[in-house]
Amino acid sequence: MHKEQFNSRNVNNGYYLVDIEDYPQDGWGKFKRVVRRTLRGELFVGLWVVLREMIKFDIHTIEYPLEKMPIGPRYRAVHEMKRLWESDTERCIGCGLCEKICISDCIRMDTRIDENSRKEVSQYTINLGRCIFCGYCAEVCPELAITHGGEYENASEQREHFIMYEDMLTPIDTMKAGKQLEFEGFGAITPHEDERVKKTPLAY
Amino acid sequence: METAYLIETVIKVVVILLIFSALAGIGTYFERKILAFMQRRLGPMNVGPYGLLQVAADGVKLFTKEDIIPTNVVAPIFKIAPVITAATAFMAAAAIPFLPQFTLFGYTVHPIVADINIGILYILGIMGVGLYGPLLGGMASANKFSLLSAARGAAVFISYEVITGLSILAPIMMVGSLSLIDFNEYQSGGIGDWIVWSQPVAFVLFWIAAFAETGRTPFHLIANDHEIIDGFGTEYSGMRWGLFFIGEYANMFFISFVIPLLFLGGYGDGSILGALGLLAKMSFFFFFFLWSRAAWPDVRPDQLMWLCWKVLMPLAVINVVITGFVMMF
Repeated sequence: MHKEQFNSRNVNNGYYLVDIEDYPQDGWGKFKRVVRRTLRGELFVGLWVVLREMIKFDIHTIEYPLEKMPIGPRYRAVHEMKRLWESDTERCIGCGLCEKICISDCIRMDTRIDENSRKEVSQYTINLGRCIFCGYCAEVCPELAITHGGEYENASEQREHFIMYEDMLTPIDTMKAGKQLEFEGFGAITPHEDERVKKTPLAY
Repeated sequence: METAYLIETVIKVVVILLIFSALAGIGTYFERKILAFMQRRLGPMNVGPYGLLQVAADGVKLFTKEDIIPTNVVAPIFKIAPVITAATAFMAAAAIPFLPQFTLFGYTVHPIVADINIGILYILGIMGVGLYGPLLGGMASANKFSLLSAARGAAVFISYEVITGLSILAPIMMVGSLSLIDFNEYQSGGIGDWIVWSQPVAFVLFWIAAFAETGRTPFHLIANDHEIIDGFGTEYSGMRWGLFFIGEYANMFFISFVIPLLFLGGYGDGSILGALGLLAKMSFFFFFFLWSRAAWPDVRPDQLMWLCWKVLMPLAVINVVITGFVMMF
């Protein structure tokens, strides 16, 4: 594929006027047009097209609750909280960046110092009724802890539908089975990032 | 009047009513399925196997819905209008021979309610009366769009009655009778005797007019899609709307019977094969109603009037004149 054909701004290239004859002005011309259109059989073309589709039976329906379309990894649905691969503990360090950046103010977190003098998330909720699924929280997260998952069926009985930290966290048995899906979309590290990383100019 | 004749007639009436009410329901199922397949969809799938019980679900919905009579409508006319549509559709069935006569337990059954000698005239007349359903319903609805659609519908119906009557005149001249039984006898010699070979123009004209008479898609102007509302039926709810629906579908079935009876040999010599043939021809014409709905767009009202008065009516008149000359000499 050459880029020239996209960069060319000469729109006259390859354009041509469709050959449309003038509309008839007199009665005889109109009559001839009616007869020509009547006998051209275009109605049968339409009939054939729909009949062909019925015979081919190439049905595009997805019976939704039973079947689902695959969605892309960049899709931003209900959030997920990831665990560390090394220790199975939570990745979230309680920095509060996601709470800070959240433009619809739907993330609320509370932290405390635990018995090992480490910062620990004690409360973490996302109000899905307010969340606009912009993805800023996932983008700002320094640990890739909060990401967007693919679970888009979040109907609820009330508008203020919260999701708790425990519900978003990867279940420990899924983690033990090594089935935690790494987020490959919004805000994630691109594949083969190691090979492409360069030294910062200050290091030269 | 004989008691046996009375009982037989009542039974026939009840059977026709039951069968065609049910068929009207199943017709909606076929319509939805066939339209869906032609548009690469599946159609109703969830109620029953392959959505077959969707008809029952719709029926339950229609019967149990609240019967709303809006403010400002002319209540008596508003209430009677759907009944006119459904009743006239079924009344037209009285003169249609649905099957050849057969013998059941030693008793000869004529599957026609009344073999009157003006059969086709009666059918066309009653179908013409059916116009009053949409017209009165739309006028009584206290809704501008209903009124518009009623006026449009009346214009279409009345115009295309002319086409129906004139196009059928030439075959009537050839057969010399208005009874559908006589039409059938005239063509009972086999495919070569079918009136469609001698009257192809009348056949096509009658077929086109059938779309207007039943208000099906190329001429579906009584419920104008561009207005996003259901035309004269906008203010109707529940079973009253359902009666309009049943009337429309019953009309489709009956006209699908009438076209083969008039032009395509009907049930032929009256054998079982002929009876099956009639049902097959009826099925084709019913299918064609659905097929054309998937394939063709609606025409504008002015185009419809143009087609009726400037094209079809002159053609029909010329056809009658030529038939007359051919018969005279």
